[in-house]
Amino acid sequence: MSAVEAIRSIVAKHGKLPVDVATLQDDADLYAAGLSSFASVQLMLAIEEHFDIEFPEDRLNRKTFSSIKAIAEVVTELSEDQQAA
Amino acid sequence: MMNIHAHTPNLELTARARRVAAVATSHADSVDRDGRFPAEAVEAMRTERLMGVQIPTAFGGEGASTAEIAEICSILGQACSSSAMVFAMHQIKVSSLVTHGGDDAWHQGFMARVAGEQLLLGSATTEGGIGGNMRNSICAIEVDGDTCRLEKNATVISYGDQADAILITSRSHADAAASDQVLTVFLKDQYTLEKTHVWDALGMRGTCSDGYVFKGEAPAVQILPRPFAEIAAQSMLAHAHILWSAVWYGIAADAFAKAQAFVRAAARKSPDMTPPGALRVAEASSLLQGVKASIVAALEMYEAARENEDKLSSMSFSVAMNNLKIASSQTILTIINHCMLICGILAYKNGTPFSLGRHLRDAHSAQLMISNDRILGNTSNMLLIHKQDTSLLG
Ligand SMILES: Cc1cc2nc3c(=O)[nH]c(=O)nc-3n(C[C@H](O)[C@H](O)[C@H](O)COP(=O)(O)OP(=O)(O)OC[C@H]3O[C@@H](n4cnc5c(N)ncnc54)[C@H](O)[C@@H]3O)c2cc1C
Repeated sequence: MSAVEAIRSIVAKHGKLPVDVATLQDDADLYAAGLSSFASVQLMLAIEEHFDIEFPEDRLNRKTFSSIKAIAEVVTELSEDQQAA
Repeated sequence: MMNIHAHTPNLELTARARRVAAVATSHADSVDRDGRFPAEAVEAMRTERLMGVQIPTAFGGEGASTAEIAEICSILGQACSSSAMVFAMHQIKVSSLVTHGGDDAWHQGFMARVAGEQLLLGSATTEGGIGGNMRNSICAIEVDGDTCRLEKNATVISYGDQADAILITSRSHADAAASDQVLTVFLKDQYTLEKTHVWDALGMRGTCSDGYVFKGEAPAVQILPRPFAEIAAQSMLAHAHILWSAVWYGIAADAFAKAQAFVRAAARKSPDMTPPGALRVAEASSLLQGVKASIVAALEMYEAARENEDKLSSMSFSVAMNNLKIASSQTILTIINHCMLICGILAYKNGTPFSLGRHLRDAHSAQLMISNDRILGNTSNMLLIHKQDTSLLG
């Protein structure tokens, strides 16, 4: 399963969106789709667990979770960094 | 990071605020007793040109800093909490215009009007069925060509009757998610307010925070160009929690001044015997300093973050601003209660130089003004993932 697919299924499970995640493009604005700041934390926790990464402080903002694509980019970057470390 | 500019007192501005405070003090008891709008104090704010001070000079204001506005809130809070809260709520709305409306012709023109005509801005975020969860709306704005229309069950709009314009939240369109919100400016002649609740409350009685059904129609350009999510995170959160806290600090500081005067008078009568209240004054002094330090620290943090969208929307910033609100809203109650114990029956009775009933009642609103439990719930959620900075100086 690619990172994007995994993220999609985590968003579907923990994003508490009022719309079907399958209908969203990778770059669709998740906040406009109804992602609350509360649910975004649940999402972060599930992603940390799934990818075995930790979001550093400077990534804990709205931008990181603005779209499936944005999440995937941060996850890829962090996976590389944190495995290298 | 120290920001010297944030804390150099602007003596001219504080002198103007003190003149307003003198007016507010003399009407504070009648405003409270009758639950009426502090018309004299707000008139004095207009005479002193305080409504537009935060607006950039380019649009006819004075470009006052958040610290300077907070100082005015504190000075007014020591005189009349309702007047101070009206001023604070107005300035919180202005901060959203200044931060998010600066690139947009209609909102630039509106800022110039606020400064030029000394307009008073009201706020309608609270909604029936939503309560204080202001990052959600039920009502939706309808954009029809160049016109927008909105109807909202606005259960609390402070000074709704007296406001010259109302900034109101709603979903961005009929199919939008509850959290996909916008903020729109409606001018007084663009809406009707049908009163649903009258504000007869324990304290903050002069804010006249009545409930209304709001119905408005205006040009669609009056919708702020940024999503409300950004406005809430980048200007409202910090300004609300800092300016409210400054008002609350003012209430507690005035109570403290009374309690200290009470103990000093006793000490002067019998200099050989330390008055029984002296120890409590020392305790209250320490608590008051804690509130003041938290506000000053938050002002510094905000000044350091305000040009940086990422910092403003970071969890560390939200947690810090939430913590300020929780701490100041709780601590002022302890301080004022101490002061009541110090002054005894003279504090409990109305109409004495040491009366503190109004202070205590007004201060009780702080925990409910966006419920502390709700804020703690948000913070606790963020702390599941955000690791608090445990260093001393950051
Ligand atoms: C002086 C004053 C002036 C005001 N002026 C305005 C104004 O001009 N415009 C405006 O829009 N609003 C205004 N408000 C409203 C205010 O900001 C809050 O939105 C409102 O008081 C919240 O109402 P509530 O307590 O019924 O709702 P809620 O926030 O729903 O809270 C109700 C109760 O439920 C509990 N609760 C609810 N949700 C949670 C949760 N998630 N976690 C934990 N506990 C929860 C809380 O403990 C609380 O006791 C004003 C309030 C005051 C006191």
